[in-house]
Amino acid sequence: MKKTLFDKIWDQHVVDERQDGSSLIYIDRHLVHEVTSPQAFEGLRKSNRSLRRPDLTLAVADHNVPTENRIDGIKDDTARIQVETLEKNVKEFEVPYIPLMDSRQGIVHVIGPEQGFTLPGCTLVCGDSHTSTHGAFGALAFGIGTSEVEHVFATQTLIQKKPKTMLINVTGTLSVGVTSKDIALGIIKKLGTSGGTGYVLEYAGNAISDLSIEGRMTLCNMSIEAGARAGLVAPDAKTYEYIKNKPMAPKGEFFNKAVDAWELLPTDKGAVFDKTINIDASLLDPHLTWGTSPEDVLSINGVVPNPEDIDKESLRNAMQDSLDYMGLKPGQSLTDIKIDKVFIGSCTNSRIEDLREAAEIAKGRKVADGVDAMVVPGSGLIKMQAEKEGIADILIEAGFDWREPGCSMCLGMNPDQLKPKERCASTSNRNFRGRQGRDGRTHLVSPGMAAAAAIYGHFVDVRKIN
Amino acid sequence: MKSFKKLTGIIASMPQVNIDTDAIIPKQFLKTIERTGLGKHLFHEKRYDQNNNLNNDFVLNKQPWDQAEIIVAGDNFGCGSSREHAPWALLDFGISCIIATSFADIFYNNCFKNGVLPIVLNEKIVEEISDLAEKGIEISIDLEEQQIIAQNKLYKFDIDPYRKHCLLNGLDDIGITLENKETIDSYEEKLKSNVWHKPESF
Repeated sequence: MKKTLFDKIWDQHVVDERQDGSSLIYIDRHLVHEVTSPQAFEGLRKSNRSLRRPDLTLAVADHNVPTENRIDGIKDDTARIQVETLEKNVKEFEVPYIPLMDSRQGIVHVIGPEQGFTLPGCTLVCGDSHTSTHGAFGALAFGIGTSEVEHVFATQTLIQKKPKTMLINVTGTLSVGVTSKDIALGIIKKLGTSGGTGYVLEYAGNAISDLSIEGRMTLCNMSIEAGARAGLVAPDAKTYEYIKNKPMAPKGEFFNKAVDAWELLPTDKGAVFDKTINIDASLLDPHLTWGTSPEDVLSINGVVPNPEDIDKESLRNAMQDSLDYMGLKPGQSLTDIKIDKVFIGSCTNSRIEDLREAAEIAKGRKVADGVDAMVVPGSGLIKMQAEKEGIADILIEAGFDWREPGCSMCLGMNPDQLKPKERCASTSNRNFRGRQGRDGRTHLVSPGMAAAAAIYGHFVDVRKIN
Repeated sequence: MKSFKKLTGIIASMPQVNIDTDAIIPKQFLKTIERTGLGKHLFHEKRYDQNNNLNNDFVLNKQPWDQAEIIVAGDNFGCGSSREHAPWALLDFGISCIIATSFADIFYNNCFKNGVLPIVLNEKIVEEISDLAEKGIEISIDLEEQQIIAQNKLYKFDIDPYRKHCLLNGLDDIGITLENKETIDSYEEKLKSNVWHKPESF
C-alpha cells in the first residue's frame, strides 16, 4: 500500500492498538519549558512515578525570561519562581537542561533543531502549540497539554486517535520579497483557523522544496494557526545538510545510516490524502493581518474590509468588534496604517535567515521617529552568528534594539509587552486580543515587512524598497 | 481526576467564534506552578477593566450567570495556545461543560484530562441552547445516556467511548497506560536498532 510521510511515521510509532480505535504512540523526543511543566513534574512526585526516559528529554526556559539585563536575574517573582522550579525539577529528575546564561539557551522550538535534537522520522512533543515547527524536518511534532506532558514523562507514550491527512501542494516561484511567512498566512487565509482541525498537514510542491530549512520551520510553525496540530515537510538533501554535525544528531557512519533510513520517509507516489489543496506561490503578495485572528489576512495592497459586506449577522458583528479593537476604519489602505512598535522574533521568525532578511531592508536606513523596534534572536547561537556576520551591527546602526534570546513580545509573559492601543508590526504567530499586552494591536508580517514598517513608520510593500 | 456524570446548571452564552485560550486565561496568569486558583482570572480581560473593576456587561459578572456551570459558544472554541491553564481556570470557576459547534484539538483533549466535558452539537441546537442560556434556564446533562435535557427537548450527543469511560469514572490515563508497561518495554527494546533512537549528549 502506498503511504504518506505521516502514515510511515505513525505506523513506525504504534506501540499498541487499543480497542476503541486509538493508539498508544511512542514519543522519541520531548522538549520541556518552564510554563507548562511544573504541574506535570509535581504530578509525578505526587503519584510517586519516575520520569521514564530523561535521556529523550531536553529542557530550557524561554517564555518568561527577560531579554535585557539578564545578568541581573528575573525581577518578576512569579516568573523567577517558575524558572527556578524548572531548574529544581530537571535536577531532581535528571533531565538535560540548557541554563539561562548558556550561549545555547533560546526558544524551545529554535534550540531543538539547532542542537540536532529534532530528527526526521521522529515523534516529538512539547507542552506548546508551536511544536508543529519541528515538522520542517519530517518529524511528527505536535503540542500537548500539561497532563499529556506528565503522561510522556511517566510512559514515553501518548494515547492518540489517528488524524486525517491534508496535502498542501504549493507550486510556482515566490516573487522577491515574498517569503514562507506569506505562504503560511496565505494558507490560513484559505483554510481559516479551524480548516486544519483534525488533520496533519503535509506541505509539498516545488515552492516548498525551494524553501530553506528556516523557511520550512516558519511554515510548519503556523500550521496550528490553521487548526492543525502538526505540519510536515519531507526531508531532503537540505534537511540532512542542516542536521549534519549538530551536537545531538548521529555522527559519522551512524549519520550515513540514519540518512539511508530517512530517505525512505517521503510520501510514496500515488499515496492518498484525505484532502488536498493547491496554492500557486507566484500569485502570493506580502501579507499582513488586519484583525484579531490569524485568518484575518490581506495582501499589502488591500484595504481594511467592511463589515457591511458580510451577510451573516454574527460574523458582521465579530468583524466590527475586531475593527474597533484594532482601531481601523473600513476602506482604509493598509499602507496608511501607522505603527508604534516592531517586534522581530518568536519561534516563527527569529532564525538567522529571518534576521538577514530584516537586515537587508534596514541596511543604511534608520528606524522612523516615534517607532520602537526590537530584534530578539531565537537563541544565543543565532545571536552570536548574527553578530559575527555583521547583521547585528546593521540593525543596531539603523536604530533597532538588539536583545537577548527568548519568547519576548510574542506572548508578553515577560517585560516585553505592548501598552494599550499600541500598534505593532510583529513577526510572531498570533494576533489575538491582548496577546502582546492588554489592548495591544498586533499585525502579523514577515521579517522583511516588519523591518520595512520600522523604517517607514507605516506598512509598506517590501517589494517596492530597493 | 474529578469524575463527570450528571450536571444540571445555568448556561453562559458566548456566541462568538474562535474564543482562544489567550482570552480564556491570559498569559500573565500562566506563571503559576499550581493547577488551582485560576478561576478568578478566567476571561480576565473581559471580566475586569484596566483598574481591575468588574465589567458589569460581561455575562459571567451578571446574575444568574455568575453561577454558570456550562458555557455555550460558537465554532473553534479553545483555539490557540496549548495551555492547560484554560480548562483549569474554567473548572476552578465552576464550569465543567462547554457546548460548541466545534473545538480546537488541543483544548478538546485537555478538557478530558480534567473532568471537563466538551460537547459538539450542530448550529441549530447550539442556538436553541443559547436562547435558553439567555433566559437563565437550567439544562441537565447526562453523560452516561449521552443526552441533554433542555426544557421539553432532548438532545443526544456523541462522545468517544474511552473518553466517556474515563470521565464517568474519573480515571487517570497514566495509570491505564502503565498497565501496558511490558508492551512499551518491548517496543523500546526493538528501537535500539535505530542509530538515532536517542540523542547524543550535548
